[in-house]
Amino acid sequence: MRYAMAIDTKKCVGCSDCVVACQVENNVPIGHCRDWVIEATSGTYPDLSMEFRTERCNHCTDAPCVRCCPTEASHIVDGGIVLVDANECIGCKACIESCPYDARYIHPEGHVDKCTFCIHRVEKGENPACVSVCPTKCMYFGDTDDPNSEISQLLRKRKWKTLIPEAGTKPNIYYLT
Amino acid sequence: MIEEIIVSGRMNPEIDPYLHVWGWEIPFYLFIGGLVAGILFFSALYTIRGKENEYPSAVKIAPMFTPILLGLGLSALLLDLSHKLYFWQLYTNIRWESPMSWGAWTLMIIYPLTIVWSALWVKDVFPKWNWRYQWLEETIETIRQYKRQMAWILMVLSIILGMYTGILLSAFNARPFWNTAILGPLFLTSGLSAGAALIMLLSKTTKEKHLFARIDLMLIGTELFLIIHLFMGLLAGTQVHIEAAKLFLGGEFTNSFWIFVVFGGLIFPATLEILELRKIKIPHYISAILVLFGSLALRFIVVDAGQASRWLY
Ligand code: SF4
Ligand code: SF4
Repeated sequence: MRYAMAIDTKKCVGCSDCVVACQVENNVPIGHCRDWVIEATSGTYPDLSMEFRTERCNHCTDAPCVRCCPTEASHIVDGGIVLVDANECIGCKACIESCPYDARYIHPEGHVDKCTFCIHRVEKGENPACVSVCPTKCMYFGDTDDPNSEISQLLRKRKWKTLIPEAGTKPNIYYLT
Repeated sequence: MIEEIIVSGRMNPEIDPYLHVWGWEIPFYLFIGGLVAGILFFSALYTIRGKENEYPSAVKIAPMFTPILLGLGLSALLLDLSHKLYFWQLYTNIRWESPMSWGAWTLMIIYPLTIVWSALWVKDVFPKWNWRYQWLEETIETIRQYKRQMAWILMVLSIILGMYTGILLSAFNARPFWNTAILGPLFLTSGLSAGAALIMLLSKTTKEKHLFARIDLMLIGTELFLIIHLFMGLLAGTQVHIEAAKLFLGGEFTNSFWIFVVFGGLIFPATLEILELRKIKIPHYISAILVLFGSLALRFIVVDAGQASRWLY
């Protein structure tokens, strides 16, 4: 079992609904966020192309944040979801330094916090809040170990990229291009 | 191709727009770690070589500071933790993959040893010292018989401690400027040099002062060599490593690094030490203080620069 997300950059319009959905669903403190939207423009005027994509923790298979955590507060559970246990976190911030995507932040209560793939929903068979709220349906969540899952089929059919693969973290968020 | 990235809606404090989750506490802690490593190394070295009475500042006086210094360093580390009440979790886990973890454990082992080590010399430093309890006096006398063995252990631990202060940073692949194996040896050398400088400050005999000025000169030479290699390595690396090097070659850390660390903390004090060894009267504390200051500045700049360097995507 390997949970992953595929995000269709051809469909994302950068509306940030996913960001708000996450903040509401997970009670993310005001002024903080677990997911965010990036607008990348490339090319030279007038030949420009633009890509919107929603980003979050990549739930990396080789997660440096888990490796460098001195207390096992950062850990990986079944399905490959990377979680932080607030009661074990001492707030040393080593994991924040180790994440090439800057996907973590310090919760006002002192511990580190980040995307959980909405594990509380996933356990009930539902999709993460961001996926279910997207108005353009550009996000797909599923098990990449299962060759028949929608996400596996998409990843076979479409071209995709991951972010900073050269950092060696083996990210599990795929961007369909 | 020109690519411009606009991140909308992410403004996590201390992460955006520039990563700055580690402030003054971590570089201070790393500086203290290196300084203590340096003091312990020389104290152990000259104990093993049986030179306790020839170099009393190195062997006996400087170690008196180590428990206090380590206390300060550990307090800084504790101050840095944002979930402080849970700090004890550091000591309910041993995680070899995490430099934070083995650093915390190394300090845990070294701390009591520094107390015992300074207790061994306290009577030489303060002749009127009274242990009050007979058993304490006897225990210390017994340990004293094994001081050479203990010195060997301390020497090994001090090298681990000195290296660790650099490895803590170099283990972060996510921050290209830190991600170089040179940081371990560089911080170790800088720590040893800081230790030698403190001993110079404390010593009263010209013989000892000159010995440590010569040692310090060697260490400064090594440091300059390692710094050149650091940049050569980065410049021969990938685009992100080249960008990281550029922070120091025209970028925002250029002035602070070359002026305070390389010139003020290495080249200038080295020149003073050479002149002093040539018998030109220069108060030795000037170069010693400059070296200590340069060593502190190195930690601050490296910690900041690492957080400013990043992967581009
Ligand atoms: S994206 Fe960052 S926080 Fe998430 S698993 Fe990877 S390294 Fe850890
Ligand atoms: S801040 Fe918390 S989760 Fe992160 S490395 Fe430190 S203890 Fe682990």
